[in-house]
Amino acid sequence: MATTMNHLHILRLGQPYQSADLVHLPNGFTTHTANPGLIRRDLLRINESKAALDAIPSDTLATYCEEAAELFMQAELPCGETTQSPQDYIESLSNLTRLPHTLVRMNMEKIHAAMSQIRTVISGLTRGMPLEIFDHGLTHHNNLDINFYPTTDSLGVSLPSNAPAVNSLWIPAPVMKIPVLLKPGREDPFTPLRIVQALIQADFPKEAFGYYPTTHEGGDTLLTSCGAGISFGSDATVKKYAPYPTIQVHGTGRSKILIGEDMIHRWDEFLDVIVTSISANGGRSCINTSAILVPSHREELANAIASELNKIQPLSRDDQNALLCGFANTDLAEGIDNLIDSHLEQPGAKDITASIRNTPRRIQAFKQTYLHPTIISCDDHQHPLANTEFMFPFASIIETPQDQMLSNIGETLVVSAFTEDPDWISELLSTPNIERLNIGPFPTNRVQWEQPHEGNLFEFLYRRRAIQGTLG
Amino acid sequence: MSSNLTVTEARNQLDQHTLEIINWHFSPETGCPYWLDWANNAGWDPREKIESFNDLLHFDNFDDEVLRKEDPAKFIPKAFDGKPYNVFETGGTTGMPKQRIGWEDYKTDYTEFSEHYGPDFFPQGGNWLMVGPTGPRRLRLAIEHLANIRGGACYFVDLDPRWVKRLISMGEMQMAKTYQEHVIDQAVTIIRHRDIKCLFTTPRLLESLALRMSLADAGIRGVFAGGTTMTPQYVKFIQEEVLEGKINYAPTYGNTLMGLAISKKREPGEYSLTYHAPQPRAVLRVVQPDDPTQLVDYHEYGRVELTTLTKEFFMPRFLERDEAIRRPECEEFPWDGVGDVRPFQSGTKTVIEGVY
Repeated sequence: MATTMNHLHILRLGQPYQSADLVHLPNGFTTHTANPGLIRRDLLRINESKAALDAIPSDTLATYCEEAAELFMQAELPCGETTQSPQDYIESLSNLTRLPHTLVRMNMEKIHAAMSQIRTVISGLTRGMPLEIFDHGLTHHNNLDINFYPTTDSLGVSLPSNAPAVNSLWIPAPVMKIPVLLKPGREDPFTPLRIVQALIQADFPKEAFGYYPTTHEGGDTLLTSCGAGISFGSDATVKKYAPYPTIQVHGTGRSKILIGEDMIHRWDEFLDVIVTSISANGGRSCINTSAILVPSHREELANAIASELNKIQPLSRDDQNALLCGFANTDLAEGIDNLIDSHLEQPGAKDITASIRNTPRRIQAFKQTYLHPTIISCDDHQHPLANTEFMFPFASIIETPQDQMLSNIGETLVVSAFTEDPDWISELLSTPNIERLNIGPFPTNRVQWEQPHEGNLFEFLYRRRAIQGTLG
Repeated sequence: MSSNLTVTEARNQLDQHTLEIINWHFSPETGCPYWLDWANNAGWDPREKIESFNDLLHFDNFDDEVLRKEDPAKFIPKAFDGKPYNVFETGGTTGMPKQRIGWEDYKTDYTEFSEHYGPDFFPQGGNWLMVGPTGPRRLRLAIEHLANIRGGACYFVDLDPRWVKRLISMGEMQMAKTYQEHVIDQAVTIIRHRDIKCLFTTPRLLESLALRMSLADAGIRGVFAGGTTMTPQYVKFIQEEVLEGKINYAPTYGNTLMGLAISKKREPGEYSLTYHAPQPRAVLRVVQPDDPTQLVDYHEYGRVELTTLTKEFFMPRFLERDEAIRRPECEEFPWDGVGDVRPFQSGTKTVIEGVY
């Protein structure tokens, strides 16, 4: 059980290190801040980390990862100066992030799935190549010799605080024999550490992992000094790292549901899917729906969604039915609330949920600040609330002719297109600005592990080259 | 630089020195045109109102824009008329730089610094290498003076911080990195081919140098660094890993307007830095950001305020772009110190710092 003032030390390629710069978290934990130079210096030894992974067959590493999945879910694992049970993890993370226990558990299950199904995940990323490709760089696939080589000896990942399950994105890297250096989000120092400890307990070489709570400058250093980097953030983060081809940024999702003319008259059948897409995981993920485009029936659908969203009320964090997250940063909640209100002053948009809920959008409950789920009806896609996303269940609904939808969606992480129209499906399949496409009435937050995730990690870390000759 | 005075004696010395400097700068026989004009316009004579250091609160906070707008010659004390002077510029900003003129102050500051550390900390007779901003900066002459009075010569590798800031603002991060590598390449070459015992550089460049070579094995025995924030962890890292626990380390806080503040001796395992200004020639106070007439309590963060009191330059109550913890006097320095200095409001604003 966690005790007060438990210190979460830095892991310098597996070795615990005590920093002289400390951050005391409100739940009794203290993180140790890595200075950027520490990260640069550790990278001088990254070849040792790579060699440690290279010494173990990838198939064995995959087995370790599967075992680690169970440890992550069930075991008492090292956490700073003590150990952490799964329930300790849930409570500690909930305390810092304000995620309800139910959502922490849901995120745990997603991470568990990514680890336990690691072979399926990697097969999806490599399009079915055997794991030996990571042992020898060479395989025989579809009657062809294939050679892939690593483009980096390290992957730096700067993690967010708002969505623990995004850790599943980096988990294949050590199985692919690429050491990972992690910067945890300030409010979630626990998830990456727990995953790393589970992997180490399952016999991964500890030197394959760096864990560096650090500053923004430290995060920049991690991303720019590793041979490959992954970051999460807003449009500003995307812009910041745009000059770096070695850094992949998972920016704003702006995920959408598009309903075709052939199915809009059946909108009431899809209500649950739409509400789930908006509100799952507390509306905090980039794969949550933030806009719904319909060719007609806007008013009826908006009212029905508002009515359903209004049923999602703040509950205490340990309530089994809690779906809504409080805001650890109350200024952020106030800023979001004020921004929505200021945009609503611009003609052409109406908060449909406002008239139903009969309370302000921002409220205090259970000693936390909450934003009530919100659906905004927009007259056209130009309105500033028509294509934006916030860190709570929020979506806009816009009436747009079907033949104009694809030209107006902009860069979109996930599109769920509710249609059976073959011509439109064909158009959807060739649209370049959709990262992940669901055809049919599926929620935008649906994950299929055999499908490559946004920014295919294998293609990011490995490159193919032509190979011919006597290959032995 | 360190002092044998008691706290009361040091305070009396500061009050006496303040009176002397006010008389110097506001007397027509010795003062400079800028401050004499200022007194005429202000409608009060500082020589009549200022009787102690605390009375400097009669002055508003000094507006450093003056140092951009005014011809620096307006700061020549009449007593120094006709005497050749140096024009120094501050920091890494772009646009019209802040300028300060000087004669002997930098030699005084660095001679005192040299005496503070004695003959062994930086080996007497050893050669120095300065890696950092040279150009129109006081530091360039100061480090050479320091090397010379300790019996050594000084080599230089220049870094232009204004160009680095421009590259960063243009998003040319790769070019900024390439430029830094170019600087480090030159420094490594000098260290490998000349007998260098002592270094002056910024912490960031020091760290980059040590990524290329063992400074201890290269014969470096003393390092003097300043220019950017050094958190306790940064100091720990520099001492234990960059300098391998084998090289003397003197972190300092300073600038063209102040001179340099020495960090007090630390106990083993203590990494938090406390700097003490070269009183009575310069005074650092830690003041409340919303009422800079008031000091913050000891051990609390506040904004750093600098007053410079030399015959060459008078600057009352300038609010630095830094904040620090107010720390009490210590055995070496019987006056307040500033601890764990960092950019002002760095907890709430994004600050580009440590670019070189």
